Amino acid sequence: MTLYAVRQSIRYDFARPTGAGRQLFRILPADIPGRQQVRESGYAFQPDVGERGEFRDFFGTNVIEAAMPPGLTRLALTMHSVVERTADDSLLDLSPPLPGLAAELAAHRSVGSHAPHHFTLPSRRIAATPRIAAFAQDLRNDQRTVRDMVETLGRALHDHMIFDSKATSVNTTPEDAFVQGRGVCQDFAQIMVGALRRLGVPAAYVAGYLRTLPPPGKPRLVGADAMHAWVRAWTGEEMGWVDYDPTNACFARNDHIDVGFGRDYDDVAPVTGRLRLDGRQSGSHSVDIEEITS
Amino acid sequence: MDSAATANVKTTGTGKTRDRGLSAYRALPGVPDELVTADGTLRPLWQPLIDHLQSLTDEGLTRATGRADQYLRDSGVFYRQYGSGQSVERPWPLSHVPVLIDEADWAELTPALIQRADLLEKVMADLYGDNRLVAEGHLPAALVAGNPEWLRPLVGVRPASGHFLHFVAFEIGRGPDGRWWVLADRTQAPSGAGYALENRVATSRAYTDVFAGQNIHRLAAFFREFRDALLGLRGARDGRVAIMTPGPLNETYFEQAWIARYMGVSLVQGEDLTVADGRLMVRTVSGLRALDVLWRRLDGSYADPLELDPASRIGTPGMVAVLRQGGLTMVNSLGSGVLETRALMAFLPKLSLHLTGTKLAMPNIATWWCGSRAEQAQVMAARARLVLSPALGTGLPFDRQGESIPGATLTPEELAQRLAQEGPDLVAQEAVTLSTTPALIDGRIVPRPMSLRVFLARTPTGWQVMQGGFARIGASTDPTALAMQRGGSAADVWIVSKDEVPAISMVPPADAPDRRSVPGALPTRAADNLYWLGRYVERTEGIIRLLRARHIRLAEGGRAALPLQKLMDAVLKGYGVDGAAGLPPGLLDTLGAAVATAGQVRDRFSPDGWSALNDLDKTARRMAGNVTPGDDAARALSALLRKLAGFSGLVHENMYRFFGWRFLSIGRQLERSSSLTGALAAFADTKAAAGGLDLCIELGDSVLTHRRRFSVASSRESVIELLALDPMNPRSLRHLFDGLNEQVQTLPGAATHGQLSPLGRAMLRCQVDIATATPDTLTTAALQDMRGKIAGISDLLTEAYLR
Repeated sequence: MTLYAVRQSIRYDFARPTGAGRQLFRILPADIPGRQQVRESGYAFQPDVGERGEFRDFFGTNVIEAAMPPGLTRLALTMHSVVERTADDSLLDLSPPLPGLAAELAAHRSVGSHAPHHFTLPSRRIAATPRIAAFAQDLRNDQRTVRDMVETLGRALHDHMIFDSKATSVNTTPEDAFVQGRGVCQDFAQIMVGALRRLGVPAAYVAGYLRTLPPPGKPRLVGADAMHAWVRAWTGEEMGWVDYDPTNACFARNDHIDVGFGRDYDDVAPVTGRLRLDGRQSGSHSVDIEEITS
Repeated sequence: MDSAATANVKTTGTGKTRDRGLSAYRALPGVPDELVTADGTLRPLWQPLIDHLQSLTDEGLTRATGRADQYLRDSGVFYRQYGSGQSVERPWPLSHVPVLIDEADWAELTPALIQRADLLEKVMADLYGDNRLVAEGHLPAALVAGNPEWLRPLVGVRPASGHFLHFVAFEIGRGPDGRWWVLADRTQAPSGAGYALENRVATSRAYTDVFAGQNIHRLAAFFREFRDALLGLRGARDGRVAIMTPGPLNETYFEQAWIARYMGVSLVQGEDLTVADGRLMVRTVSGLRALDVLWRRLDGSYADPLELDPASRIGTPGMVAVLRQGGLTMVNSLGSGVLETRALMAFLPKLSLHLTGTKLAMPNIATWWCGSRAEQAQVMAARARLVLSPALGTGLPFDRQGESIPGATLTPEELAQRLAQEGPDLVAQEAVTLSTTPALIDGRIVPRPMSLRVFLARTPTGWQVMQGGFARIGASTDPTALAMQRGGSAADVWIVSKDEVPAISMVPPADAPDRRSVPGALPTRAADNLYWLGRYVERTEGIIRLLRARHIRLAEGGRAALPLQKLMDAVLKGYGVDGAAGLPPGLLDTLGAAVATAGQVRDRFSPDGWSALNDLDKTARRMAGNVTPGDDAARALSALLRKLAGFSGLVHENMYRFFGWRFLSIGRQLERSSSLTGALAAFADTKAAAGGLDLCIELGDSVLTHRRRFSVASSRESVIELLALDPMNPRSLRHLFDGLNEQVQTLPGAATHGQLSPLGRAMLRCQVDIATATPDTLTTAALQDMRGKIAGISDLLTEAYLR
């Protein structure tokens, strides 16, 4: 069990006063029984916005909903949370060989938020594209189990890609990022999701936080100065979902703190919705994760 | 046996009858026909109409059908044809023979349609509730989870009214055995009900006597009951109902505007709406006003860019949040498009047994979802009479351009391979066969395939079925070519009763409870469009007057007029108009802007006003190519001016004197003030070219008045007196400002606690300035200053009401 203090702040400065608008924020750590427990959580807008509230979206993510009054010249949202994370230590591979997954999937009768059926098809940001398809197809090995396939694919992707925060933007397609061979965690995760779906493995995009400061003697993980993204793959009825982080080529253990998951970035984007702007805006975004030693 | 049919024909009218192709009219082999039985006997129901058609001379028939077409043209009914990258408005293709159905036959359909609507409501409640149908294996999970019309943010959201569906339509057709089948379910935002009504009006104009002589059920009752149902869904008696349109470029915008006008509710677009205090609000010139009921005519996924399709530009951010909080009744609930999924038809027969314990009284077209082995085998066996298409598609069976493949065109091996590879993505459906109904082609009656759209509205006493419908008639005998985009046409549907039918109109009986909707506060966008319509129309008039004056002078010739022409060209250039051309593009642009702006607020106009404006635009564009500068141009411009006066007259006479009219009128008066001030500054200046003063009088349309008041040659003093300072001259600045001031001071929020708004103050200052001016003080510089102030008033108005 590890205890984390998570802090995030989102700030905007507007060159001219904004018009009114609505925004959704998906930044609150999730409460997941047996895995992640939120002990403390709070957030504040500066200046205070008119209407705000919270709701749970279809996939169970806690969403902050705010109606922004017109005339803002700056806006800040700060969030802090204390989260207890239990390590995933399921070392036993109980997943079926890859060809057996289809039958398990067909027999799964649910469209609830955790059902694999939401994550089998291409989605708005993760289209079926030829280069990623070829990449997945080349690695396909029907002798391997699904979990093994997930790891094989994740490692191969990690070897193919170079982490580069300048190479892509939030709107770069997975295919373009893959062809460039460069990108950030969002690109890594969306490419891997696309490749897994191509192999018939239901795969979700997960957004969350990553431990900033490594435990003594361990290297610092990449991508920790912003929100992080990784992959959740369905490996059959017995094992269910497993989380893999292709940016760091590892299964998620206890360094990863969940905010939410969905079909792609759109379902869990930290900020959704635009303000009506007349002029330029500048912004900053900071994330700080600290392990609390108790 | 056709001789039997013709022998039956009675003679009426002239005593001479024409065959009209009836003796050669036969049902197609194996296809039921509405007009004749299999043995060729005319169905008695049709006798009066056929008698009438046969009694008409060719000219009489042309006149009759011409009356229908004239009505449609005059009302501005059109449909939008999509071509290569652009769309154009086309005249409405009315088939001039209505479809006649016996009331007794119709009565048998009614319970079957209601049963289906109830079943769909139950399926919807499950798909957006706890999804037991999937959990218990009645529906495959992939069909739901992979469906783009299943809108996840709406799962778990209960409708405020207690019902998901309030208005549905079914596309039905007769199979080879003469029984009716459902071809498609329309639950998203069904169109066609308004067109049914327009088809009715047009058709009844063509055959007034036949229509009056037979007992044909009226359509108005259906609309009245549905309007009352919508008003009844409001929380409080002063709540609001609106229809939401995707906008004027939508294929069925005409119908949306038309229904809004017919039912007396306002038509709004996404940008008219905003969310505040958990309610959906309309931005109006009087501030935000909450809506209780929204009848949407756009697809659910476009309704809210924040939680649904982020690419939508026609929705309202926060709409889903309002629904989640139960702050709005949406007709139909967002996400209802999922019920249109073609593959669902494969499951509905069993779902009916499971959910209601009863068999579907009217079957739907036989459908197999190809996702399971057992069904794939059935599809293989029956492939010759099946058509393959995308499982999650929602298109009508006869409107699936390119997306369907007849099973007969594939070899068994090809079909087996497709089923193995993409089975879950495919459905197989029985190839459509449809009954035929008579159509008039070149004066002859011939059989054409037909499908029927029927409409159901939920009312406090249950589903009401429209006693009529919207029929599609094929362009040829091919039953897959019914779509208008492919040359099909539309026909009225007469449900014929043996007994007299009640005459019903939209006006409720005197003892009915008060169902009036509140006179709607004017949406900001509508106000903005009306204001600019006023400005563009007036600007068009100003340009025409100036151009005409220039071309008259050109025709009269003489070097003496040259300096004035140069001055006029400079003023015209300020409007983007080339004075040397006969009908310059700049004029057409301004006129085009007026038409486009009017198109945005078509629900607020009389059809006459709209067609007058369009007529003006068409005439101008036709003339533009062949008008030569000089006398020819002057005549053409005079003709346009008369047409423009026609439009202004219609608007002035017919428009309800409320905020809408006020903004239109302010737009006109401000534009006129601005152009008049500009003209006086340019042409009445002491240093202006000779003839400038007379030009001012001519532009101000005050030649006679000037002669009567001053009976001397014009002087700067007389011109300024008459056109700027005279309160009695309707074209003077003083008169315009008096009118503007009065209008502005009656706008909402013009004064609070006796204090004028900034707009009110600026307007009053202008009025006082002009009322206290004299020809001496109103110099060219003062006029230019005044023109700046007028522009300032426009800015203040925009700031206060139009944002």
